[in-house]
Amino acid sequence: MTTGEPLIVLDSVNKWFGPLHVLDEVSLSVGRGEVVVVIGPSGSGKSTLCRTINRLEPINSGAITFDGQPLPAEGKALAKLRSEVGMVFQSFNLFAHKTILENVTLGPIKVRKEKPAVARERAMALLDRVGIANQADKFPAQLSGGQQQRAAIARALAMQPKAMLFDEPTSALDPEMVGEVLDVMTSLASDGMTMVVVTHEMGFARHAANRVIFMADGQLVEDAPPAEFFANPRSERAKDFLSKILTH
Amino acid sequence: MSVLIDKFDVFAGGFWLTLQICVLAAIGALILGAVVAVLRISPVPPLRAVGTAYVNTFRNLPLTVVMFFAAFGLPALGSNADFLRIPVLDSLFNRLGTDLPYFRFALIALVLYTAAFVCEALRSGVNAVPAGQAEAARSLGLTFGQNLRYVVLPQSWKASIVPLGSVIIAMIKNSALIGFFGVVGDLSATADQLTGAEGYAFIPVAIGISIGYLIMTVPLGALLDRIEKRQAVAR
Ligand SMILES: Nc1ncnc2c1ncn2[C@@H]1O[C@H](COP(=O)(O)OP(=O)(O)OP(=O)(O)O)[C@@H](O)[C@H]1O
Ligand SMILES: [Mg+2]
Repeated sequence: MTTGEPLIVLDSVNKWFGPLHVLDEVSLSVGRGEVVVVIGPSGSGKSTLCRTINRLEPINSGAITFDGQPLPAEGKALAKLRSEVGMVFQSFNLFAHKTILENVTLGPIKVRKEKPAVARERAMALLDRVGIANQADKFPAQLSGGQQQRAAIARALAMQPKAMLFDEPTSALDPEMVGEVLDVMTSLASDGMTMVVVTHEMGFARHAANRVIFMADGQLVEDAPPAEFFANPRSERAKDFLSKILTH
Repeated sequence: MSVLIDKFDVFAGGFWLTLQICVLAAIGALILGAVVAVLRISPVPPLRAVGTAYVNTFRNLPLTVVMFFAAFGLPALGSNADFLRIPVLDSLFNRLGTDLPYFRFALIALVLYTAAFVCEALRSGVNAVPAGQAEAARSLGLTFGQNLRYVVLPQSWKASIVPLGSVIIAMIKNSALIGFFGVVGDLSATADQLTGAEGYAFIPVAIGISIGYLIMTVPLGALLDRIEKRQAVAR
């Protein structure tokens, strides 16, 4: 699966929110085409980890490189980097004043300066791929949660990113809509997209992930292939965590 | 009450002058306030600090003090604020171009002071837009300016418009101070002239002046109420 140099590398990353040490010497590398699922108890720093990769959260020490380049500081270079990393949020964050189609074409037109017709054509193909082409002219509030999240995935894909970050993409969804979003993510994974996915969906972790990362108290506690991790987690924290979520 | 009829031209002249300074000050304060608001929400810390310092200074000083600085400080610095003698504008607003600089000084003070409140009204609108909207825009690679233009401002102006209106109404009332800083003949100075030099009874004059201010502020307030009701329905 992994070829050449890794796409995302975190080296001894530390991050504090005031006195709170949210990322504690986190080192991680994600190869091209790899799917890494991040799990762990609430407050362990999973979202923060995810958000440092496109510098939505700046770090206090350590280094992050993406595609061989250290993350740029604020400015044009950072904007360019972000355009190459798709991000999908728990609460969708579709632009409320724009239609679904406009949501998907905004980035390509304004950031990539694509011709509107070209951007629209690709947007419609993506909306078709995630199964909501017929919703293109509606506003986000008119769609179900599952449809909104699929639109958000299409919006991120429209930038033709090198990697996709997902921060609990299904946690805000009614149970019957979780599957439709996971299906889209699974198909992305099998197409070879590099993905970092924070999720509580253990089924997805088992079937789609190459590696599972377990975090606790800001530390990266375990990093193993899913079969190995679920069969015999090494740390007490992970055992404890798994026993809690798997009994439900 | 005959003073209202006898001296209608004095009232009308005062009204016109007050209206002039208010229109100019509103335009100036909206522009400057928008600039300061952009500074305050910018991702660059030094710019943010400048914006914050500006707001903290002018929001927390009495307008009278700002007027003092403009009326006595600018001449001490050797400025007659001649940069405000803007062609075309000064033929429309005749006091802008006069040799006596006090109208310009008062205008500067009113703009500086009001801009701090305009900034905060705009910022409250921006803050009303969920943080996830700007975050999604940033994660797509939109720059700060694009983010404001395409994502944040189109959603924030609705939440800004009512507080902005309140700021402008307050500004119209605040403009009554300019008479004390050398501006001759605005609406509030009319009172001085009629009751002092010309000996009219105070109450009727005060009523006339009140009517003048109310003509400016009440329609604005009614407009804001309507906008607010429409927004409540839309929600
Ligand atoms: N902007 C912030 N300011 C201060 N503290 C924060 C901020 N964001 C997160 N935190 C704190 O940092 C810690 C890690 O947060 P994070 O959101 O990364 O956890 P998480 O693993 O994603 O948890 P969850 O499963 O609840 O989403 C938490 O204790 C949280 O309260
Ligand atoms: Mg989280």
